[in-house]
Amino acid sequence: MKDFTDRALDLATKRGASYSDIRVVTQASQIMVVKNGRVEALSVSENQGFGVRAIVDGAWGFASSSRLTAREVERVTSLAVKIAKASSLVKEKDVDIGKPCSIVDVYRTPVRIDPFAVSLERKIDQLLAADAAMRRAPGISITEASFEALRENITFASSEGSFIEQDLVETGGGIEATAVGEGEVQKRSYPNSFGRHQGKAGYEFFEEMRLADNGERTAEEAVKLLSAKQCPHGVMTIILDATQLALQVHESCGHPVELDRVLGTEASYAGTSFLTPDKLGNFRYGSDIVNVVADATVPGGLGTFGYDDEGMPAQRVPVIREGIFVGYITSRDTASRLGMQSNGAARADGWNRIPIVRMTNVNLEPGQWTFDDLIADTDEGIYMQTNKSWSIDDKRLNFQFGTEIAWEIKNGKLGDILKNATYTGITPEFWRSCDAICSSAHWNVWGTPNCGKGQPSQTARVGHGTAPARFRNVRVGLGV
Amino acid sequence: MLGKERAQQILSRALTCSKADQTEVILSTADSSLTRFANSAIHQNVSETNAELRVRVVLGKRIGVASTNDLSVNSIKNVIENATTIAKLQEENPEFVSLPSPGPIRSVNAYVEQTASFGPEDRAKEVAIICRKARENGLIAAGAFTTGSSELAVANSIGVFGYHPSTLADINMVIASEDSSGYADHVSTDVATVDSERLADEAVLKALQTRNPVAVTPGEYEVILEEYAANDILHFLAETGLSALAVQEDRSFIAHKFGQKLVGENVSIWDDGLDPSGLPMPFDYEGVPKEKVMMIDHGVAKNVVYDSYTASRVGKRSTGHALPSPNTIGPIPMNMFMAAGDVTKEAMLRSTKRGIWVTRFWYTRTVHPLPVLVTGMTRDGSFLIENGEITRPIKNMRFTQSYLEGLSNVEMISSDTKLQRTWAGANRVPALKIARWRFTSTTEY
Repeated sequence: MKDFTDRALDLATKRGASYSDIRVVTQASQIMVVKNGRVEALSVSENQGFGVRAIVDGAWGFASSSRLTAREVERVTSLAVKIAKASSLVKEKDVDIGKPCSIVDVYRTPVRIDPFAVSLERKIDQLLAADAAMRRAPGISITEASFEALRENITFASSEGSFIEQDLVETGGGIEATAVGEGEVQKRSYPNSFGRHQGKAGYEFFEEMRLADNGERTAEEAVKLLSAKQCPHGVMTIILDATQLALQVHESCGHPVELDRVLGTEASYAGTSFLTPDKLGNFRYGSDIVNVVADATVPGGLGTFGYDDEGMPAQRVPVIREGIFVGYITSRDTASRLGMQSNGAARADGWNRIPIVRMTNVNLEPGQWTFDDLIADTDEGIYMQTNKSWSIDDKRLNFQFGTEIAWEIKNGKLGDILKNATYTGITPEFWRSCDAICSSAHWNVWGTPNCGKGQPSQTARVGHGTAPARFRNVRVGLGV
Repeated sequence: MLGKERAQQILSRALTCSKADQTEVILSTADSSLTRFANSAIHQNVSETNAELRVRVVLGKRIGVASTNDLSVNSIKNVIENATTIAKLQEENPEFVSLPSPGPIRSVNAYVEQTASFGPEDRAKEVAIICRKARENGLIAAGAFTTGSSELAVANSIGVFGYHPSTLADINMVIASEDSSGYADHVSTDVATVDSERLADEAVLKALQTRNPVAVTPGEYEVILEEYAANDILHFLAETGLSALAVQEDRSFIAHKFGQKLVGENVSIWDDGLDPSGLPMPFDYEGVPKEKVMMIDHGVAKNVVYDSYTASRVGKRSTGHALPSPNTIGPIPMNMFMAAGDVTKEAMLRSTKRGIWVTRFWYTRTVHPLPVLVTGMTRDGSFLIENGEITRPIKNMRFTQSYLEGLSNVEMISSDTKLQRTWAGANRVPALKIARWRFTSTTEY
């Protein structure tokens, strides 16, 4: 492998690159979906390739190929250099990637049970059991249970002398039950919506979800939603469950602190951010109890790794401390624009994509409350659970979320089920209204395996540690 | 590019390796490059060469799928073995009948050599024009310019074979000041149709016109949706209901409504993979020839699209709209068209007493699927219309609106249409004037 990577780096230098790196990536994945009592999809995929990145004449170029041959690495490296030269024809200023970084290391995701070593039969049986449990609920229409495992071997080498090998393993799964009534479709998911909950972990992560044990309840809730009361509208207190709060953190904390967005380099697609550099260290983002970190080191988090795709070590970075905005997540070239060092958040979606600033595990730190005490302390409000829809503007201010299910809270007790719950707000106003966060006993890192960004598009797998939390004076419902 | 002969060789080799009752092989290749710019400079510039082989094997009524992007002989053997192993583990699917039989595939040209060979310097020249135009007006430019070629080849063991080379030139841009922005895009198989000067002028003009926006009160307004925004309606109709699978699972707005009036009489929507004014694709991922499918005809619900599986379940013929197997989405329309009207956008404007002009939507998501209730934001050029004229740029607004209800209240449709990308293909859409659109909140810019 070293011969292969050296060939690229040496050629890039010879052709005039002031910096170059190469990532050689092989991926293997297994996807299984059981639907309505039958295996609907079962596939294995293998994918390999390499990408070469070069700075020439102060500008970036990148080229990639699926063909791992000596001849191809020379063609691709030459193309990366040619593309960098073309970039330099329309440049703002020379790229600065900060201080050189040279690391030689090996990192492996800690797994107790290798998901690829577990037989397909065992996985299918567990999915069928979960699906059967859902189908026990009278009135359920569509049931689906899924499993996914991914193994990614990444070799990173740079002209600064880094040579890092990583073996990253992900495992995930989930269930989803759909009830269809007269003019109504309602869905419930477990443990998270949109397919699955996922982590950088082994098969134990999937088994600990206990999908079959939660199947019947999940499906029953979907059926109950068909005849549930419509969620009221108005300004009121809401409590969000940990999974919905994970997406709230993702959209309204994680994305705004991506420094590339702040610097305008995502302006044409993902958008920019309201969190301009003048706000660093002084902007009140949330109430005093709101503490957020970007932590690529938390065990099992979907955004956990040893090194990012620029070869920078995984780090734990404060983002919001006691409600004040204190830090961005960065890559080498974005950090240097603010005179900083990268905090290791440049990630690429495979061999054919460049690293861009991505979330790692952006976590809301736990508070002190037990969930029961939090409900008991709330005279009137709505408890919302599991994301159903999400939308936020391109500066990450105005958001609207919908949840699969909600319960009314009256006199400190959970009451009737409510359907079609939505809430809307403006990011800092919302976080400033947070007055209670549940304790570490209720805290978990939720995997978000579908974060889209970049052109060409990239999907990142990120995590969010959250516990249920309460927010005051939130606009609920779609009433104008 | 592998070329038809080489693609056929690879497919034949894979089919020969398989001992299954039926086998399907999909080969897709891509040589794609993208030049991205922001702050009026190129900051990301990338190229990719890839080829994927996807195999579906059938043992009786058991199915297995595997894929690889290593096209070596050993890898092809392995991928067939993997798919066969998986199929053996499956339960029989009693509803599966067969892979599709061959049908006559019409040739449609979607390959332009100039697009395939367009290089990084060529893209940089076009980007330089856009950045210069932005700077000349005190604005900053951001966007992306993609050029490239791809091949799709599909074969199965009962005689299907299709090969389709295509090219793509796709450019989009946001040109902005501190408090305003404008947008333009263009997509075609032919890079010669990209007019960077004209596109930059369009986005620059909007960015200049939207300076100092004011907030307007949320509520119901008449709207003029430019083609960029109107495409979102087609996209959500396709995603939530125009698939046979959605109908069969009773989660489509069109289920139980066939033959009935669904939206306004002036609305007709169809899918046509052979129309050269779209991004044509003559067959689907099962190698089935694409049929033109009228889905909504003068407001009446007519048809949805099928793949071979959903078609055989109800005794119909596939319309050629399969995605690669396995997937839980089912068939989808990939080349949608909405019938043009007979007015200009200027005429729409003159006829509007008080309304909102929307350039494009952003971050739209389904709130409830049956009424196709969607929420999202306006972006890159929203204006207040009063007495037939644009009077003020406005701050971006959130809407929460049933798209079906919107299509029931279409008052005017433009004679001009634009081709717009979707994740699966491209739609050709007109601009729309709609009598009522529900804006539910506003944002700070």
